[in-house]
Amino acid sequence: MTTLTINGEPRDISAPNSSPLLWALREELGLTGTKFGCGIGQCGACTVLLDGAPVRSCQVPVGSAQGTTVTTIEGVAGAGELHPIQQAWIEEQVPQCGYCQSGQIISALALLDERAAPTDDDIDRAMSGNVCRCGAYQAIRRAIHRAVAIRSERIASDEPDQGEGDG
Amino acid sequence: MSESGALSRRSFVKVGVVAGAGLTLGVAWRLTRDPGLPTSDSTWVPNAYLRIDEDGSITVLVPRSEMGQGVSTALPQLVAEELDVPWDAVSFEFAQAHDAYGMMVTGGSTSVRESWEPLRRAGATAREMLRRAGANRWGVDVADVSTGNAAVIAPDGSTASYGALAAEAARLDVPDEVALKEPADYRLIGTSVPRLDVEAKSTGRAIFGIDAGPPDTRVAVVERSPVFGGVVRSLRADAALALPGVDEIVELESGVAVVANGYVAANAGRDALEIEWDEGDGANLDDATIADRLRSAVRNGRTVRDDGDVDAVLAGAEAPIRAEYRLPYLAHATMEPMNCTAWVRDGRCTVWTGTQFQNAPAIVGGGARQVAAAAAGVPADATEVHTTFLGGGFGRRSERDFVREAAELAGKIQGPVKVVWSREDDMRHDFYRPASYHELTAVLGEDGRPAAWDHRTASQSIMERLVPGWVPGPARNLVGKRDSTSTEGASDQPYESPNVRLTYAKVDLPIPVGFWRSVGHTHTGFVVESFIDELAHAAGEDPYEYRRALLSAHPRHVGVLDAVAEASAWGSTPPEGRGRGIAVVRSFGSYVAQVAEVSIRDGQPRVHQVWCAVDCGTVLNPAIVRAQMESGIVYGLTAALFGEINIEGGRVVQSNFHDYRMLRMNEAPRIDVVLAPSGDAPGGVGEPGTPPIAPAVANAVYALTGERIRTLPIRLGSPAGTAGSLS
Repeated sequence: MTTLTINGEPRDISAPNSSPLLWALREELGLTGTKFGCGIGQCGACTVLLDGAPVRSCQVPVGSAQGTTVTTIEGVAGAGELHPIQQAWIEEQVPQCGYCQSGQIISALALLDERAAPTDDDIDRAMSGNVCRCGAYQAIRRAIHRAVAIRSERIASDEPDQGEGDG
Repeated sequence: MSESGALSRRSFVKVGVVAGAGLTLGVAWRLTRDPGLPTSDSTWVPNAYLRIDEDGSITVLVPRSEMGQGVSTALPQLVAEELDVPWDAVSFEFAQAHDAYGMMVTGGSTSVRESWEPLRRAGATAREMLRRAGANRWGVDVADVSTGNAAVIAPDGSTASYGALAAEAARLDVPDEVALKEPADYRLIGTSVPRLDVEAKSTGRAIFGIDAGPPDTRVAVVERSPVFGGVVRSLRADAALALPGVDEIVELESGVAVVANGYVAANAGRDALEIEWDEGDGANLDDATIADRLRSAVRNGRTVRDDGDVDAVLAGAEAPIRAEYRLPYLAHATMEPMNCTAWVRDGRCTVWTGTQFQNAPAIVGGGARQVAAAAAGVPADATEVHTTFLGGGFGRRSERDFVREAAELAGKIQGPVKVVWSREDDMRHDFYRPASYHELTAVLGEDGRPAAWDHRTASQSIMERLVPGWVPGPARNLVGKRDSTSTEGASDQPYESPNVRLTYAKVDLPIPVGFWRSVGHTHTGFVVESFIDELAHAAGEDPYEYRRALLSAHPRHVGVLDAVAEASAWGSTPPEGRGRGIAVVRSFGSYVAQVAEVSIRDGQPRVHQVWCAVDCGTVLNPAIVRAQMESGIVYGLTAALFGEINIEGGRVVQSNFHDYRMLRMNEAPRIDVVLAPSGDAPGGVGEPGTPPIAPAVANAVYALTGERIRTLPIRLGSPAGTAGSLS
């Protein structure tokens, strides 16, 4: 039995230690937003955050995730509000077939945690492990820049609320 | 407002009032002469349909598959335009497979083209009936009743919502004729209304085939013959069955299935199988054999086009220009590997999958529904196919192999089962874009124009494989010899010349071949657009001006050429170290011209920028058209730079993304799309962006380096790429 925190909740996984985390997420926990694409860490469709770092969950044995904190696409949105990256993905109409997008969004999330305002070169470095067979790369690039702007706007609009002592 | 053509009473059927469900309308279309629709108390309706529930919700049922091309937005957009409802009031559902829809296939960039008239009529007819219902309720003349914001508006300004009038409207006769809007009155058509699928696809909630199915579905993987055409000679399953989680081993037509409690256990069981294969004759096949077969057949083709007298011109020519072109097999490599869930119980079969081909008469081979029914041993009318989102299609999911296999397995075991293909399975058991070989010969007149153009091509036939089994061999062979998917784009190449010939030689090989995004245009577009570029250079003319001069009878080609030349500032000097190439291809009713700007890095072309001009007649949704052009370019560029399936010992050499490379973010060019619509009826957009990119890049390489690329994928300095002589 492996115990870890997934999207903020403690979860137990009974899959064998050597089993890839990807399949435990999908089949045991029903978190099907994380996708199977290649099984060898080449396409990025299965990307999740493990203790804040983007990893290919098809390459992570369940046993090695004991005690870690995992974020999947299902845990990206806040309560009642989409994450700025998701909002940007919608505003820029990024997804086509959509199959790779969970992995793309998780990789973008890790990038924006690391760099507040990434350059195009930063984006290339962070995102080139995620294949999009529909070729939405240009839209993904635009959306990452837009997510930076959305996040700034939200921070700016949150500040007056704090002054009113809301909640 | 223009009066549409008379709408036949039979072709437009009121499906009736489902209890509490309001007004439902259906539309008949191709291959559906008399769908025999139920007229009341039925949830089944023909093709695209509209449901207005009494709670006011407006749902368009989409009988086409969403594989990224935007059909789950575009078809509702057509209905909403004429129904006169705000976009945010519209939602969609995928239609279940049913004979009432006739042929349910998503391919050939046909969805908008074939839905353009009937779906606008569906919206207009519903609106008209709602107006009449409002007029009846208020006792006023229908001519004085208008609509707006999903409501009917009375002369005095009072309103009744569509939802409130739906039940009354449903009791009215369906009008025989309805007026459709003039283009100038469009509110939604021509605008980039937001896609209806992007939120689900940005939150992980979108359900693909691999995510679908009932609870407690078991997982199966299938070991298939490594050699095409091989069969199991002997099987030992004891070791596999001894593994934890492995439940059953089942022999299928396609191989040996391991049924387990999950994908990991199923794969472990598969690794433990001991199978001896009878590989058959296919095991002798390799790339060199295939190349020889294609090349030796090319002179013995059937004549497809024969204008003037090519031989007479060639006989008298002193210096004909000759070139041979070679293109490889290509895998589709959809992001979501093939998969299908099936459940057979109580004489019924239920299928959940992402398919491009749900339904077709069994006599023509059937769609997923008919194929699943036959494999499971139940009647088609006891078989349901639930279509999910498709994690890419590109033609691969128009095949039914993955459905047949899952239904066969489900018929042999208890409970629902999901067959999941590994990436390796997917790459090694595809229906590949056919490899092809081309010989071209041209003679230029004194004016530099082609006095003769002779194109001989050889490849396998896609269509011949699709001929159903009951058709006798000679007829099947004839279908293959006349396979227009092998010659499209070459048989109708538009360049002016008094003497043009095309021959096609069908070559029979055991490699499965199929439809790959833009089909025949993937190779003919490259060959025609590369060779015309060779002729331009031989004539000492600018490649853009040369094409333009030979296209005087084809204004839409010229339109996109001019648009892309302007966008790319064609004729200006490229930045240091870069070259530009141009190409134009008409396919699937649309015209696309592209200019690629490349440099050479580490001995290979690097594509920095692509300009793309598209004339798809009428633009339904500009953002989706742009996205499809970008998508088609990346798909075609990936193939041009990397794409090649090799055969050794009857086996596919490549297995996964490490040896079948995908274009990645850091390699993707900047793409500028110019919309240059002619105003004609809509053309396709899913495929037409793909064909021009390979020749545009190859022509840019030539402009930069002087090396003519005649073999794909592009490998600079390779002997095959430079050999132009047929000696």
